[in-house]
Amino acid sequence: MIYCITPPCLEVSVSLVLSGAFLIPYLIALVFEGLPLLYLELAIGQRLRMGSIGVWNNISPMLGGVGIASMVVSFLVSMFYNTIIAWVLWYFFNSFQNPLPWSQCPLNANQTGYSSECEKSTSVNYFWYRETLNITEDIEISGSLQWWMVICLATAWCVIYICFIKGIDSMGKAVYVTATFPYLVLTIFLIRALTLPGATDGLVYLFTPDWEILKKPQVWLDAATQIFFSLSVAFGGLIAFSSYNAERNDCERDALVVGITNSATSLYGSIPIFSILGFKARTNFNTCLEQNILTLTNHFDIAERNMTLENYDQWFDYLNVTHPGDIASLPLRVCDLQNFLDQSASGTGLAFIVFTEAVLEMPGSQVWAVLFFVMLFSLGLSSMFGNIEGVLTPLQELKLVPKWLPHEVLTAIVCLVSFLIGLIFTLGSGNYWVEVFNAYVGSVPLLIIAFCEIVGVAYIYGMKTFSEDIYFMTGRRPNIYWKACWMVISPVMLLVVFVAYVALQAGAYPTYPAWNPNYEDFPQTETKEYPKWVFGIIVALIVVPILSIPVVAIYNLIRCGIKKSSANVSGPNPYSNEAFEIETQERNKQSI
Amino acid sequence: MLGRIVFFLCLPSVLAAQLCKPNAAEGFKVRLSIKTALGDKAYEWNRNQRFLFQAAIAFAMSHHLDLEFNVSNILVCDETPRVSFWFVVTSPDDPSRLVGKESVELAVRASRGRINNILLLNDATLEFVGVLPTLAAPVKPATPSWLIVFGVVIGIVGAGIVFLLVSTVVQKKRKENEVAEEEDDDEEAQMKRTAGNEGIYNTSFSESDRNTQM
Repeated sequence: MIYCITPPCLEVSVSLVLSGAFLIPYLIALVFEGLPLLYLELAIGQRLRMGSIGVWNNISPMLGGVGIASMVVSFLVSMFYNTIIAWVLWYFFNSFQNPLPWSQCPLNANQTGYSSECEKSTSVNYFWYRETLNITEDIEISGSLQWWMVICLATAWCVIYICFIKGIDSMGKAVYVTATFPYLVLTIFLIRALTLPGATDGLVYLFTPDWEILKKPQVWLDAATQIFFSLSVAFGGLIAFSSYNAERNDCERDALVVGITNSATSLYGSIPIFSILGFKARTNFNTCLEQNILTLTNHFDIAERNMTLENYDQWFDYLNVTHPGDIASLPLRVCDLQNFLDQSASGTGLAFIVFTEAVLEMPGSQVWAVLFFVMLFSLGLSSMFGNIEGVLTPLQELKLVPKWLPHEVLTAIVCLVSFLIGLIFTLGSGNYWVEVFNAYVGSVPLLIIAFCEIVGVAYIYGMKTFSEDIYFMTGRRPNIYWKACWMVISPVMLLVVFVAYVALQAGAYPTYPAWNPNYEDFPQTETKEYPKWVFGIIVALIVVPILSIPVVAIYNLIRCGIKKSSANVSGPNPYSNEAFEIETQERNKQSI
Repeated sequence: MLGRIVFFLCLPSVLAAQLCKPNAAEGFKVRLSIKTALGDKAYEWNRNQRFLFQAAIAFAMSHHLDLEFNVSNILVCDETPRVSFWFVVTSPDDPSRLVGKESVELAVRASRGRINNILLLNDATLEFVGVLPTLAAPVKPATPSWLIVFGVVIGIVGAGIVFLLVSTVVQKKRKENEVAEEEDDDEEAQMKRTAGNEGIYNTSFSESDRNTQM
């Protein structure tokens, strides 16, 4: 969860947090999918000492496509991920005001009342959808570039660039800060959150598991796919990082430590998050009741403070008996604490809507807002390191880059290109595109890449060779748990998840929630279907990254076939002493 | 005679009772939430406080219409424990005639802040049912503050990038100069040594490239 508090993975926290029962699919995914993959990637990176492209080419030329697929996925993910970081930056910039800008509704055009969009939904929603995103009603309506988002995105890319400018050296130092700071802030939040009223409601909710949630296949799929984001496996970044490790580093211990720390941080982080959600639910519930109290007090002219939160129920029953007609005619809200606890926005909404609303109620809101967004920023930054490394190292290994180009300039070019393409996400419909990328780039391609990786190492590279490598590095061979996972459990599990995902997706045409002020049920989001051309883009996003795997495999098959057939045809050649041929081939390999 | 005196004495209150009634056409309902506004310092709503309210409204009417209104022109009725009541405003020239609702509304809106302050309440706790409060526009500073923070951050980041790039370039140049100097020194030293032996140094066999390139 080093990355798990960041907005896409905040979903995991929320799901975790919506029901302790989510812990079970998450743990199963971690133990049988996440840890084996993590150990595998760390081990081959450390042993073969190359980035993802070199490693897979080395294991087998047929698997060369896996590295390219990882690079493409990393590139696509880094584009939309940095948009989320740009959003975090925008909120961070805006947290230095008193009062916080999302606490009030702006006035409408003729200053007679508040803006209607803001009144129907909340000021927090309004600030997110209108003042931050300026969102359009439909993904087809692109709107224009929002200049404030563009400069926030530019800032985000500049920060990434400055961390990568010196390559692994500068980034290594930056990681110290970005990895430790979130823990500090989480602890501060934990202490603060536990002292808030209503925190106990939230914690009780967390620890009472709702077993119904396990019956939904979507939950299992989410757990399986989010583990990739959480541990950052199948992106190629891990292989690149571990290639810098010492050759005899104990990567088994590293894998276990990273994996378990990740999950522990998830749990640790969910406690303050949940306490704050409980506090928010309790506050909303109290506000709801107080509104009802005011309505009733005004209508029946009861003296002030006679009806309070404590005796509301008795008063209500009494009035219902004596004046049932009146009660029915009054616009009383139904206030249910469980209802408020169940509410949570999905995905990016959690950080930017739910949390910002909670922060408003806490005394000293500016401080908490600033702390929270700096923490999100550093978490997002540490994820981006893995992604960008997963793009830069393969680029250098593919020899697409001329040697005279210095590393700094290459990094600058990559950042610039990503920024320019990422301008799509700063359009009016940008949020819808982020959701598209988030849902589709981060699921199927990663599953397939992970499957190919495990199968490639376990069967093509050979379990024996791999065990020998690990023995060389750590001094002990992998035990039965690792072997069972690599050879059987993980591939089977990945296959099952993939098939289930395809089955689920094929069942229903994909839809998305649109923010439409003219919708009759506003402020609820309107469910719209993706237009055909967006559906085509979705399919492209899924297919293009993994296209390289079969293409490279077939290309190498054909090349091998041609070589073999040409060698057979010529037979022993008196003019060609193969001894020298083999030598030159080896010299070529060494010089590279 | 006595009857007539009693009649005329009772007339104003009777008239008042008739003029001021709940849901009067020209009247307003007022709700006060004193405990919500003041908490422990809440005052008791009694005759004197009502007198203060009437005085405040009289002030507002006089201020707005430029006529002289008296406290007796403001009629209050139907008080409830909620602390809510109806009031109507009679014209100073003719106590049996009511001042129109629109004028009263405008007068109240114009002096709303003053009335609030007199009663130690605010727009939310002193409610004139049907009269919308004039909303204060949220304060907008000249430069949005977020731009300032953005400027600071991008300034630091930009300076950092420039500094790192320049230091890299300077380091590279320094390295190149050092290597070039070392090579030159080697050549010169060798030439000096051989020149001392009264010969000309034949550079064809000099080991400028120790390793043959592949």
